[in-house]
Amino acid sequence: MAIQTSINGKPVALAAEPDTPLLWVIREELGLTGTKFGCGIAACGACTVHVNGEPTRSCSLPVSEVAGKSITTIEGLKSADGTLHAVQQAWISAQVPQCGYCQSGQIMAAVALIEKTGSPSDAQIDEAMTNICRCGTYPRIRKAIHAATGQAAKAAKPAEGGA
Amino acid sequence: MADTPTADMQPAAPAKRKGVKRRAFLIGGVAVVGAGLFGISIADSNASKSAKALLERDGGHIFATWLKIGEDDSITIYSPHTDIGQGSNTGLAQMLAEELDAAWDQVRVVSAPAEPAFANVGLGRAFLADMTGQPAIINGIPQSFLSFLARQMNLQITGGSTALRFTGRVTFQNVGAATRLALVETAAKRLGVPADELTTQDSHVIHAKSGRALRYGELAAEAATLSLDNAPKLKDPSQYRIMRQSMQRLDIPAKVDGSAQYGMDFSVPDMRVATIMAAPVRGGKLTSVDTAPALAVKGVEKVIKLDDAVAVVAKGYWPAISGLRALTPEFSDGGNGGISTASIFKAQDDLIAKGDADSTAGDGDVQAGLGAKPIEAKYQVPFLHHAMMEPFALTAHFKDGKLNIWGGMQDPLATKMMAVDVSGLDADDVTFHPMMIGGSFGRRLPMYMEIVGQVTKLAMQLPYPVKLIWSREEEVAQGAYRPQSSAALKASLTKEKRIKAYRNDYAQPESAESETVFPYTLPAVSRRHFAHVSNQQTGAWRSVNSTQQGFYNESFMDELAHAAGEDPVVFRRNHLKAGSRHLRVLDEVAARSGWGSPLPAGTGRGVALVESFRTIVAHVIEASVGDDGMPKVHKVTTVVDAGSIVNPDAAMAQIEGGTIMGLSSAIGEAITLENGAVQQSNLADYPLLKMAGAPLVMDVHFLNSGAVMGGIGEPGVPPAAPALANALFAATGKRVRNLPILTQAKA
Repeated sequence: MAIQTSINGKPVALAAEPDTPLLWVIREELGLTGTKFGCGIAACGACTVHVNGEPTRSCSLPVSEVAGKSITTIEGLKSADGTLHAVQQAWISAQVPQCGYCQSGQIMAAVALIEKTGSPSDAQIDEAMTNICRCGTYPRIRKAIHAATGQAAKAAKPAEGGA
Repeated sequence: MADTPTADMQPAAPAKRKGVKRRAFLIGGVAVVGAGLFGISIADSNASKSAKALLERDGGHIFATWLKIGEDDSITIYSPHTDIGQGSNTGLAQMLAEELDAAWDQVRVVSAPAEPAFANVGLGRAFLADMTGQPAIINGIPQSFLSFLARQMNLQITGGSTALRFTGRVTFQNVGAATRLALVETAAKRLGVPADELTTQDSHVIHAKSGRALRYGELAAEAATLSLDNAPKLKDPSQYRIMRQSMQRLDIPAKVDGSAQYGMDFSVPDMRVATIMAAPVRGGKLTSVDTAPALAVKGVEKVIKLDDAVAVVAKGYWPAISGLRALTPEFSDGGNGGISTASIFKAQDDLIAKGDADSTAGDGDVQAGLGAKPIEAKYQVPFLHHAMMEPFALTAHFKDGKLNIWGGMQDPLATKMMAVDVSGLDADDVTFHPMMIGGSFGRRLPMYMEIVGQVTKLAMQLPYPVKLIWSREEEVAQGAYRPQSSAALKASLTKEKRIKAYRNDYAQPESAESETVFPYTLPAVSRRHFAHVSNQQTGAWRSVNSTQQGFYNESFMDELAHAAGEDPVVFRRNHLKAGSRHLRVLDEVAARSGWGSPLPAGTGRGVALVESFRTIVAHVIEASVGDDGMPKVHKVTTVVDAGSIVNPDAAMAQIEGGTIMGLSSAIGEAITLENGAVQQSNLADYPLLKMAGAPLVMDVHFLNSGAVMGGIGEPGVPPAAPALANALFAATGKRVRNLPILTQAKA
């Protein structure tokens, strides 16, 4: 029997087997590939989406458990007119991504953190942002979260360049 | 680098086969070295013509293979490198656009097709010049170097921090400058004015006297018919408007809204998904497997047995991995079942103790200098996994005699050639489509990516496209690891607190001599390599041999400083040449870090200085040990001299990331073996540094001495582990000689 849920504001009926992790339903059945597969055991956070607003590692959540719930993926973060979310804009300003593979999950985790705390402290960022970035973009993620919440003063100083 | 790919990765090529003769082409590539500035085109007009046809299909006009100018002024740059997230394609575009005087907002970069016409001759040419200093001299190059060159040449390889300093400096700046001259020449003719009255700016040729200007787009068709100047004059850096600016990276917007398409994300109609498990003990073969349990999983369509692996093909990844997990395949161990982390360290120790080195480098009478009672220390580092965030995923489709493969690889052209070898098809019938890469750090070089052979073998026997995904478990267990390595260091000191003699004996698969620079001037120094090869595949791990060598030498220098009763910065200064770049970097990092100023109790400061890929990096790290025994890094001050920097902000991101990767490996990472197999299974038992463990303060400063441009992707890594270990010694008095620190904290 199809599982009824909502993805990025649209109702959908999912045909997947109930034990299929939400991640693979999002990626393979719905074709939304912005949510990434990294480890399959909820260790890295590349698959982070929002389920009823809560940051959730979708690789380890059977799709049967999201019946009747509301799911947001990275593709659903922009506003209807295509304007990027403030966190996405901050990510560009701080030039956060390197390989970029983990960044959908990082952004989803950051948006959830900001929605919960308003303006997170460094300690709150340390506690909530447990997604792995192998490229080591953590200082810029921190800077972008501060910038997105109006704490630009806390942001790291700009690059020094020139000859 | 792994020189010994497993036999099934490179089966003997069929005797007579149409297509690119790889070996001949590789060696032939050396002849091209001195001849062509702009690519293969000058040496091979057929290749040039086919490249031009391929790129002009959608309109526009091609210059020197790498650049297309559209009649609408659009500028497309074909990069032979894979941007793994270092920003190298943006940097390459900056270099070409600068010399071209292009309008930056019209510039885009795409991957060059994985075809021989786009082989990166600039890379080979600069590489040769860099290594020998005499690019014209081909004869007399040792065979070992030729073989290394052959592996690098002709390939669209990304690695060795080479993109900007080789491809950019040798090819792209020249292509931009030469094309600008061709556009000016065309405009001069059209306007009927002398070329020297014309200037260029923002993709226009301007005649100030008459107030006329022509767009590049309207000049391109005619300009593209001109021969390009082989040695155009490049701009003086004082004229730069695009280079040395922190241009925003061109690839980033697609990486914040989920639209970037990585190899993992590729799909085509009717595609199936497969996953695979290879022999857990490397060198073993598949001996038996009952396929029924996998086939009983809903959605599983096939179980395919390969020589050393079993693959499950299904309608999606979840049924594929569920089917694979349902199997209990039997594998042989290839005679490697007795190998363990401990057995490797013991074998390495025995080799060093025996003293029969495979190669020796250095100067002076070290044996005499060491005397009867040298200061000695033994260091050990483990295998390291690359742990790039995107596991391997390649899609392949064999239909109507043609094989197409899609995915992200560090060397698209060599990937294609590997698929040619495995499939037995002609080169013309195999196409590799490069996609974005979710991290690599040296892991995605086809010479040690079994997945290329695996997906080719699957596709050749399946009637539909198949995407082969490696689980993270497979990724961790079947790596191309940074080698496990041991070192025995010895040195003696004079009464004046100077090093009299210094010996570094190290055991690992290959010599580190060509990569690592020992910056100190000593009366007698010796570096001896003892070759030890285990059953594990080892590969290039970000900064390659400089990680372990940096840790050995810079930790031991710290030990010697303390033994001499000297400050570690002063002690290093005393062994560096006056006026040297190394000394300037060291002095700068000492000044910027407040070296010597008071710290809170329990916090220590450590310094390390390592040159790799022609870039000198020094870190000063402030760290303490938490109640859990784990190190906490508070602050990293870094000074970098890479000669010059193309994009300061992107370069800074590379140094930040490299430093964090170095810290991560020093603190927590190890691949260990028992009974010949890897013990770690996923990221839960291969702990990578997270936000809370990353330094809160990272202060990176570039010196830009004007020396020959060095790499930027890798050199931040090597000094991180020793600077941390030295800081912990300053904080606790306890010396870290074995990595990772986590293992010691738990012991």
